[in-house]
Amino acid sequence: MRAPLSLMPLRLEGVIFEAGGHRIIKGISTTLKQGLRSIVLGPNGAGKSVLLRLCHGLLEPTAGAITWNSPEVPGGPRKQAMVFQRPVLLRRSALDNVRYALQVGGSPARERHDRAYEALCKVGLEAQADRPARVLSGGEQQRLALARVWALRPEILFLDEPTASLDPGATHEIEGVILALHQAGTKIVMVTHNLGQARRLADEILFLYQGRLLERQPADQFLRSPASSEAARFLEGELPW
Amino acid sequence: MNTVGEAAQQALSLVATGDPKLVGIVLLSLRVSLAAVVLGALVGLPLGAAVAVNEFRGKRAVIVTLNALMGLPSVVVGLCVYLLLSRAGPLGSWGILFTPTAMIIAQTILIAPTLAALTRQVVADGWNEYREQLRSLGETRLGAATTLLWDLRFSLVTILLAGFGRAASEVGAVMIVGGNIDGVTRVMTTTIALETSKGDLPLALALGLILLAIVLAVNAGAHIVKEAAQHRYG
Repeated sequence: MRAPLSLMPLRLEGVIFEAGGHRIIKGISTTLKQGLRSIVLGPNGAGKSVLLRLCHGLLEPTAGAITWNSPEVPGGPRKQAMVFQRPVLLRRSALDNVRYALQVGGSPARERHDRAYEALCKVGLEAQADRPARVLSGGEQQRLALARVWALRPEILFLDEPTASLDPGATHEIEGVILALHQAGTKIVMVTHNLGQARRLADEILFLYQGRLLERQPADQFLRSPASSEAARFLEGELPW
Repeated sequence: MNTVGEAAQQALSLVATGDPKLVGIVLLSLRVSLAAVVLGALVGLPLGAAVAVNEFRGKRAVIVTLNALMGLPSVVVGLCVYLLLSRAGPLGSWGILFTPTAMIIAQTILIAPTLAALTRQVVADGWNEYREQLRSLGETRLGAATTLLWDLRFSLVTILLAGFGRAASEVGAVMIVGGNIDGVTRVMTTTIALETSKGDLPLALALGLILLAIVLAVNAGAHIVKEAAQHRYG
């Protein structure tokens, strides 16, 4: 049911973002294309989360331009989605949380139940369909957030440290869902603090440092021999994560 | 010296005998105040939610005004409604002064700002938590306001109780627009005021105890429902 024109590539041109007198993003120009799993790395305060929010449209750049190849129609269904570090779930059942997202996304009422249930199956939550979302465990809540994304079938998904507060088992499950989304054709752009996760998931790495895009490399190359000394220090664990 | 004990005894015997006059007064009190809560909620909840999720010029002034109106003296509301509904007033032709309808209107005006102000606070806090997620999903402001009202329904129960408490306990507005007419517009608070001025302190106190018991019972019931639901939905 996709529009013939793709959202991507996403172009950032000289993007600057300031808040409270601080320049958080200091001029980033780059292009995100369909396909590769892009992982955003960088020390604390590099501006990773802000960059994601700018791309997703939750923040407006102070200067510069963020343009999609074929922008979404205002008021129309969203073709992009975002998963936050702490998922915000509504006080209703797991299934109804997914149905809500479909309703907001404008999908026909008669399709919502089946699509929502199918999405829950994809993340392994079908047994929890009728349980209130807020009493699920942390890992289950994040999987529910991903089920919500799955049901919407976005062209691009931004993830802001989705496993930062989860244990290794839950993290593994989340990574599995992210890979499945990627294989189903959704572009993945993810911020993580976890180098092992970057190694497992990344096709390419965008390394942010103090509000600038310092490096953009294929993952294995970046992780083996980063070009900048800042990235090398980051990988050595010498910069604050 | 033994007024309280005497009053408690009298309250019990009034309740035990099921005095029809007392029952009528209690039922009218409940009817007026509950109707005012329902009508006030129809105005106050959407208004509070709308103010919370929208950005507009003068928002701060609206918030300050709503908060200030929580302290609106009930006699002032009564006086204004009286002027509106009295024969010479703009709505005098309705002929509803000194009827329960007039009392409901007065109490609705009294508590709607309270409901709106408290709802705005609760929804604004919720909006802070949900904003990014709802915007990410593509939700409109109107959709966000309704979603938040439903998702915060357990907190809103407490707000409705606050509104009910204010309506049930006020005496100024219902006294002025109702007139405390025996068997027609006499409610618990106006009866208490009357019996006190007549010097029948035990009866006044007994009615006070019953009023207290009703407000307690309503609050306890709502609290139990809220706890159970909150436990279920997290």
